[in-house]
Amino acid sequence: MPEEMKTLVVTGLRTQFNTAKGPVAAVRDVNLKVARGEIVGLVGESGSGKSVTGLSIMGLIDAPGEITAGAILLNGEDLRKASPKRLRELRGDRIAMIFQDPMMTLNPVLRIDTQMIEAIRVHDHKVGRQEARERCRDALGLVGIPSPEERLEAYPHEFSGGMRQRVAIAIAMLNRPDIIIADEPTTALDVTIQSQILAQMQKLCRDTGTALIWITHDLTVVAGLTDRVYVMYAGDVVEEAPVEDLLDRPIHPYTDGLIRSIPSHNAPGQPLNQIPGITPALDRMPAGCRFHPRCPRRTDACLEEIALRSFGPAREARCIHPLVEG
Amino acid sequence: MTAFLLRRLSQTVITLLVMSVLVFVGIYMVGNPIDILISASATPAERQQIITAMGLDLPVWQQYWIFLKNALAGDLGNSFVYNQPAIRLILSRMPATLELAFSAFVIALLIGIPLGLYAGLKPRAVGSRGVMVFSILGFSLPTFWIGLMMILVFSVYLGWLPASGRGQTVNVLGVPLSILTLDGLSHLVLPALNLALFKISLVIRLTRAGVIECMQMDYVRFARAKGVPEARIVLLHVLKNTLIPLITVIGLELGSLIAFAVVTETIFAWPGMGKLIIDAIGVLDRPLILAYLLMTVVMFTIINLIVDICYSLADPRVRLGEDSRS
Repeated sequence: MPEEMKTLVVTGLRTQFNTAKGPVAAVRDVNLKVARGEIVGLVGESGSGKSVTGLSIMGLIDAPGEITAGAILLNGEDLRKASPKRLRELRGDRIAMIFQDPMMTLNPVLRIDTQMIEAIRVHDHKVGRQEARERCRDALGLVGIPSPEERLEAYPHEFSGGMRQRVAIAIAMLNRPDIIIADEPTTALDVTIQSQILAQMQKLCRDTGTALIWITHDLTVVAGLTDRVYVMYAGDVVEEAPVEDLLDRPIHPYTDGLIRSIPSHNAPGQPLNQIPGITPALDRMPAGCRFHPRCPRRTDACLEEIALRSFGPAREARCIHPLVEG
Repeated sequence: MTAFLLRRLSQTVITLLVMSVLVFVGIYMVGNPIDILISASATPAERQQIITAMGLDLPVWQQYWIFLKNALAGDLGNSFVYNQPAIRLILSRMPATLELAFSAFVIALLIGIPLGLYAGLKPRAVGSRGVMVFSILGFSLPTFWIGLMMILVFSVYLGWLPASGRGQTVNVLGVPLSILTLDGLSHLVLPALNLALFKISLVIRLTRAGVIECMQMDYVRFARAKGVPEARIVLLHVLKNTLIPLITVIGLELGSLIAFAVVTETIFAWPGMGKLIIDAIGVLDRPLILAYLLMTVVMFTIINLIVDICYSLADPRVRLGEDSRS
């Protein structure tokens, strides 16, 4: 598919935080491509830079954070060159985001209808209150909230966590955006609620042709939901692959470690697998491959900078000792 | 709601009872008003006659019993000094104090909230630092000294504003008010500003702290992700959340404004209750002191009630008289 047909193309994204000790890069060199209606997973541990990537795409990085390099093309338009006004117009209209903690994303002192109707009317003043209200009610119904008409008048504290996340999803879908970035929206929820929301989200995106970037640390979520996966480690994308390939034949030792860390992967009674060590702190990044201190396959050659390279169609990895040769 | 009001009412009655006992016993122990009130040249017969007339020859518990019976009938006794009903004396002075206190209250909100908002939104700006220095000064400089300086600058040197009295008043429903005439207003400005200064500082700090906290909340980020303009985020999403702690503190502070008015009234010769009560304490005018304190309790109860109602309006999670469910 040619590049201009992609909904979102991110190239060479670098986001850094200017701290007292100097700038540290939370995201170093991220490339992402999302086609129309595609569901893409962005997987990594805490601190791998996946949330910062999502916020960078939205243009929601607050000081002292700053995007210092790269291009973010939404339907061919570079968001990094867009004015703040244009960005505001696009946010919530063409590109939307859902956050991790449903208890915190809705404003506790405003009614649901206030928070939903404003999402429509800040983008299109011509929509009347009544029409906007009807659209909100329909959106609530679509995400599985019972008696949406009455629930519009409720406050966030009158909803459970799962219901609040449904409301957040309904708000994100209100203007039929081209792409939604979902930052671990089911992490704080029960597994039963999680699976309901995953199924609903998948269906909604398929029905409306909305693309989705699902940020998560949970490979089991990715397995059922996504088409393609990017694995991030310490600010780098270390592997990109269609989801079946990634899970069956991981290339990067880190991806392999992640898959082996899933408890159900183990025979009962055996000690659980784990990746030794922890994600390095942003200001103490190892030279070369950032994973090498934790990697079972490391050699001295890993101390050099390592570029992403292709391992067949739609597969890339940042490794010189891959588990599978391309 | 009814249960809530009834509970409040019974609490108030108990407070009134305890208060009156304490004041009664307290004044009884401090000294004998007869020694202060009756001139040294009075004959023993005259002296005895006055003591009997005032009921001061009875044991203290009996005096209290008589007071209580009269109080229930709505009679708080005559002032020893003025020989007028104490309650009428207080009511005649109360409008001046309330006018001063409420003017100061409104000034504190009108100046404090915008400045606090600015300092909270741009905490690093030079202007914000200036605002914070001002608030530290407002906190630490003694009210009476600032009052004197204000008189010195605005009345003595510049001659812009009068230094004492209420000026011309207008009767509204039988209550004299200064604020409605230009002359009265010019008399009101200095004392009200003086009294407001400390509260302005307080409101600035509370608003700033609340805004800084709220701006980091996920719901602000979510509102931005919806494309809501920054002005609406600040004035609706953030301000409404900031108001919740503000209402609690400010409500309590309104009471202290009325109490602190004593100092300001003395400096600016404002004919309010403050002057009256200071004099009454000086001559142990028990009925007047009692009536004043009882009035204060009633006033505080009403203020607290209003605060609770405002609080429940601002924060939907609070419902009066119900057990909190969230």
